[in-house]
Amino acid sequence: MSEVAYPGTSPEGSSKLPSPPGRGGSAVDPHARQVRKFRMQDLFFHQITLLFAFIVLAALAGILISLAIEARPALRQFGVAFLWTDVWSVPDDEFGALSAIYGTVVTSIIALAIAVPVSFGIALFLTETCPVWLRRPLGTAIELLAGVPSIIYGIWGLFVFAPLFSEHVQPFLQAAVGDTPIISGWFAGPPIGIGILTAGIVLSLMVIPFVASVMRDVFETVPPELKESAYSFGCTTWEVVTNIVLPYTRVGVIGGIMLGLGRALGETMAVTFVIGNANRIVGSLFAPGTSIASTLANEFGEADPGLHSSSLFALGLVLFVITFIVLAISQWLIRRGIAKQGK
Amino acid sequence: MSAPHTAADGDAILEVRDLNFFYGDFRGLTDVSLDVAKSRVTAFIGPSGCGKSTLLRTFNRMYDLYPGQRAEGQINFHGDNLLDRKQDVNLVRAKIGMVFQKPTPFPMTIYENIAFGVRLYEKMPKSEMDDRVEWALRKAAIWEETKDKLQQSGLSLSGGQQQRLCIARTIAVKPEIVLLDEPTSALDPISTAKIEELINELKADYTIAIVTHNMQQAARISDFTAFMYLGELIEFGKTDTLFIKPRQKQTEDYITGRFG
Amino acid sequence: MNLYSRRILTNRIGITLSMVAMAFGLAALLWILWTLFSNGFAALSWDFFTQDTPAPGTEGGGLRNAIVGSLMIIGVTTLVSTPIGILAGIYLAEFGATSKFAATTRFVTDIMLSAPSIVVGLFVYALVVATLGGFSGWAGSLALSLIAIPVVVRTTENMLLLVPTALREAAFAVGAPRWQVSLKVTLRAVKAGVVTGILLAIARVTGETAPLLFTALNNQFFSTDMSQPMGNLPVVIFQFAMSPYDNWVSLAWGGALLIALLVLGINIVARVLFRNKTSA
Repeated sequence: MSEVAYPGTSPEGSSKLPSPPGRGGSAVDPHARQVRKFRMQDLFFHQITLLFAFIVLAALAGILISLAIEARPALRQFGVAFLWTDVWSVPDDEFGALSAIYGTVVTSIIALAIAVPVSFGIALFLTETCPVWLRRPLGTAIELLAGVPSIIYGIWGLFVFAPLFSEHVQPFLQAAVGDTPIISGWFAGPPIGIGILTAGIVLSLMVIPFVASVMRDVFETVPPELKESAYSFGCTTWEVVTNIVLPYTRVGVIGGIMLGLGRALGETMAVTFVIGNANRIVGSLFAPGTSIASTLANEFGEADPGLHSSSLFALGLVLFVITFIVLAISQWLIRRGIAKQGK
Repeated sequence: MSAPHTAADGDAILEVRDLNFFYGDFRGLTDVSLDVAKSRVTAFIGPSGCGKSTLLRTFNRMYDLYPGQRAEGQINFHGDNLLDRKQDVNLVRAKIGMVFQKPTPFPMTIYENIAFGVRLYEKMPKSEMDDRVEWALRKAAIWEETKDKLQQSGLSLSGGQQQRLCIARTIAVKPEIVLLDEPTSALDPISTAKIEELINELKADYTIAIVTHNMQQAARISDFTAFMYLGELIEFGKTDTLFIKPRQKQTEDYITGRFG
Repeated sequence: MNLYSRRILTNRIGITLSMVAMAFGLAALLWILWTLFSNGFAALSWDFFTQDTPAPGTEGGGLRNAIVGSLMIIGVTTLVSTPIGILAGIYLAEFGATSKFAATTRFVTDIMLSAPSIVVGLFVYALVVATLGGFSGWAGSLALSLIAIPVVVRTTENMLLLVPTALREAAFAVGAPRWQVSLKVTLRAVKAGVVTGILLAIARVTGETAPLLFTALNNQFFSTDMSQPMGNLPVVIFQFAMSPYDNWVSLAWGGALLIALLVLGINIVARVLFRNKTSA
């Protein structure tokens, strides 16, 4: 019996085995036996947790690989030109990503153009001018806003915001720009409420909480002595924020903006409800369009296997790669921004 | 206990009268009265938490930044009470500059660190600004070390140089009083010696109030010394007298090192 | 105007604009919540919870099948993502200080936190739905787990790193093996924080719609069979809101309110729990 026992599994057996090389005579000590058992358990524990950490990495690799495999037929058919072809025709089996990429990028730009200044204002207010007793509740409100599911923004955009926008804001904008060259083109066409501009605005409301939270967090990393030094010159709050806080937190602020951009690019529900889902590129921001995510949401469920569904996978791959790059840059910047404060 | 703490010689530029300071409900200063003499160095010493920094920070109303902190009493400066609500804090701070414990170069170039404060109050052509920057850097004895790298970040300097840069940018706006809040406590002995030398030179043109935890430093550089304990001004007088013949028992205990 | 008064004016304008921004953000929040409540409460009724989703053109109906489906999918998601997330988080906190592998995992986890969720849906479709023949509740749970795990991983790691070194060292000093120190001492010390992370993960996936579109799909009928397509709130809201039927749209509002209340409720509970336990 004792000859087949394995060290660490059977206490009686292991004590009778010759001690492992380099371990001296400690094997006879019951404590040493326990320690060896612990060591095995710890090794096992290490490997198990490692395995689970690996799952996270594997998921990312799996997403990339599976999207690439599924997208292959489309990419083989259309080549790299898939990226800049402005055709999306199910009957003709002709597909190009340009109009979806256009909608994705333009809605995200509009969203950031609104969200960045507003978030900056919110972060400035929360860190500098807000009465102390209000700081926490308001900060929490902004964080809760970040938790509101995006489908809520979408449904609100469709039923509440879009009708209001088409009735009151769009005609006003058209009247305001009149015949101004170029700009009047952005606001041309019937004011139907849904379209690229509406999607961008709804998206901006969705990203504001994310960007504002990051900005507030990095603003708080500014050492109080540094701000006091500026105040000791008689600087106003505005001067302290623009001359000291912003330059000091530049890296983290850009990281926060990139995080918002990553969110905006990949957002599905807040956009799908209000973008109008038209696979074409029209110069006007009032016109309906589409984004990568909304095309996927609308078409994938009914797509036939073949070029159509493969092209949708290709769209997904494009979206994933773009957002991955944007988010990677954002993480890198946010970390650098926060690490700076440590030194 | 609180005798009339007025300095004997020289004109008073700041007259502190019955100053009380509160952090919320906690009283940080109790009935402090003293005069800060013009063109002299006044040092504030005492164990940590005695209120010396608190007192210094009332002179430029730095506490205004923090809700819940308030000061009562009078600090007269050119006939006006600085603590008066109607006082324009920004203008007060332009006349009463401050240098902090840790060097705090602004996140900009060395040149801009100096020009930044000047630009807040004066509009001047580039050439004049160049002169002003050079003047301030020379005055703070750091011109030779920085003249070739004015466009580099202020953070590229060593700790001692950064602190002298901070002094330079403070005097660049030509204040009347310079407040120094433990300006050498984060520096090595050599940098400390340079700053002390600098303070000695500056007192001809500026009134200097310095908080220090280092008694030897107070003895070396100041004309007047105030000893504070538990938020009260225990003793105030000429530095030589205070260190050689303290009137109060507590002062004596502190300067002879018999203090908790 | 002199230099000084211009500076003061600029400051006033800047500060005012920052207040306007804050007011804008709050107004948007209140506006969205208000329309949600006013439209959503109108839809809530006994039927809402006891009847299944109505066929096109029929009156009335409720969301029973979708509510139950959502609860089941989220329940399975929680069961799957909690152990994986916690163990991976332990790895990062206990063994990951210096390893490159851990640094990469941490980086990827942070990116996955914000990665487009619809792509996760595509992935699970390709991996499970297409190969195993059909949409199912299991596939939905898998997709949501991929979104929930990064949340649990990161909060677990962050919480564990907050444990004072002294506590850890004290446990090692009595000769406890590493796994016991981790599971019985440090993890227990930050139990509230880890639970907070799990709650936040649940809140996060509760409203996720995009990953369910191609995985759990939807089911008009009541079903508790996870291997079949399964009704769930977000997809029903999406379909019903876009429909031409008034009762469907009304149910969509009701569902949206339900989801929002759940998510906000979980968020608030998580915060309160975390604050109480960490300040004590």
